[in-house]
Amino acid sequence: MILEAKHISFRYGTDSRQILNDFSLKLTCEERVGLIAPSGSGKTTFCKILAGYEKPDEGEVLLDGRPLSEYKGYCPVQMIWQHPEQVVNPRLCMKEVLAEGDHLEQRIAEGLGIETDWLNRYPAELSGGELQRFCIARALGERTRFVLADEISTMLDLITQSQIWSFLIQEVEKRGIGLLAVSHSTPLLKQVCTRVEDLE
Amino acid sequence: MRRMNGRQKTALLFGAAVIFLVLVTIAGQVLSEAAMATDFSRKDRPPCPEYLFGTDWMGRDMFVRTLTGLSMSIRIGLLAAGVSSLLALFLGIVSATMGRAVDSLVTWVIDLVMGIPHILLLILISYACGKGFKGVVIGVSLTHWTSLARLIRGEVLQLKEASYIKAAGKLGLSPWQIAWKHMVPHLFPQFLVGLILLFPHAILHEASITFLGFGLSPEQPAVGVILSESMQYLAMGKWWLALFPGLLLVLTVALFDVAGESLRKLLDPGSAHV
Repeated sequence: MILEAKHISFRYGTDSRQILNDFSLKLTCEERVGLIAPSGSGKTTFCKILAGYEKPDEGEVLLDGRPLSEYKGYCPVQMIWQHPEQVVNPRLCMKEVLAEGDHLEQRIAEGLGIETDWLNRYPAELSGGELQRFCIARALGERTRFVLADEISTMLDLITQSQIWSFLIQEVEKRGIGLLAVSHSTPLLKQVCTRVEDLE
Repeated sequence: MRRMNGRQKTALLFGAAVIFLVLVTIAGQVLSEAAMATDFSRKDRPPCPEYLFGTDWMGRDMFVRTLTGLSMSIRIGLLAAGVSSLLALFLGIVSATMGRAVDSLVTWVIDLVMGIPHILLLILISYACGKGFKGVVIGVSLTHWTSLARLIRGEVLQLKEASYIKAAGKLGLSPWQIAWKHMVPHLFPQFLVGLILLFPHAILHEASITFLGFGLSPEQPAVGVILSESMQYLAMGKWWLALFPGLLLVLTVALFDVAGESLRKLLDPGSAHV
């Protein structure tokens, strides 16, 4: 499958700064693309547009030639957010959060180091890193074709970072899932990705 | 004995408050005949073992009368708070989800009702509806929904924009599943606690408009009636006529508050380990 962003322009509201200006990107299921840019240059915004959370002012997002908004139900493009505490409902316990994923296999939770004891806790009772593992697991459902990883490892220590990234790389390679990794860190992206693009 | 943790203590507190209120309600219902019984051979007795709260100028047992009055107040409070909070839930959700025109209409009505002094509106509605039980319930119901409706509207608006709600949509959940699985767990505690905290308001307002003469009719043993009648005898040194019913009213209101607060603590994961 091919995920394509064509001539995307975007700004929040009508009189704020132009965040994205005529930006295009194309990635396939076999690729791991790194996207690098300084803070505030619209990396997260671009991910949101690519995953269908925001509509671009101009341009379009195509998945296999069809607009992404035509895909109803489970979205094949899943985004993993920088702040996991914002994307899990504070009133649901982790078991239910994981159950929202699409037919998750047991080995995904195991591979990410999710302990069974955590499943009965509420999000407020886990650390950011522990919570992020749940968000990564949830995004790797059966029907996922592309994963957008927006600064997913910034809050983790180096050992956990490498643990999570090596699992993620292994998983996307095995299942033929395309990966877009967003970060400030050039060395990380060079290590993880097959190709690195600059948002500017 | 093992020491209880905070959660068990809170649950116990909630249970005790509810049991007390239920007992008062039932006792008042059962004793409603006795509360009307006059007996001039025992009039104006101060509190004694036989008549715990004394008797009034018509020889009515004040303890029984107070219980019946409170029972009536609790039933009015229950009904008015129930109607009021359902109205609030409905208007709050409608306001947040049905678009801008409906939203501004509902917020305008909220502002309108909130802008008029509470007790004034209550008296007007109660009077227009023919006073009595019906007038009081309608009056209290129509004036107490506003702040809860505003709270629920705000909550739904905020939830609609929350990242986890949007993420749930991308994970293929239908709007109904999102409403049920993601929104109800947030709204239910707000609603329930709002409902319970409305009781004290409803009861106090019932008592106050009855005291002012726009509520229940004088022969009904409501707390407001008891208090307003006893005012005339207070200057004659019959302190027990106002003191005990007043204290019991305060206790009832405080217990509702305790029940609401402890339920809120029990339902909120943030205080799961208190």
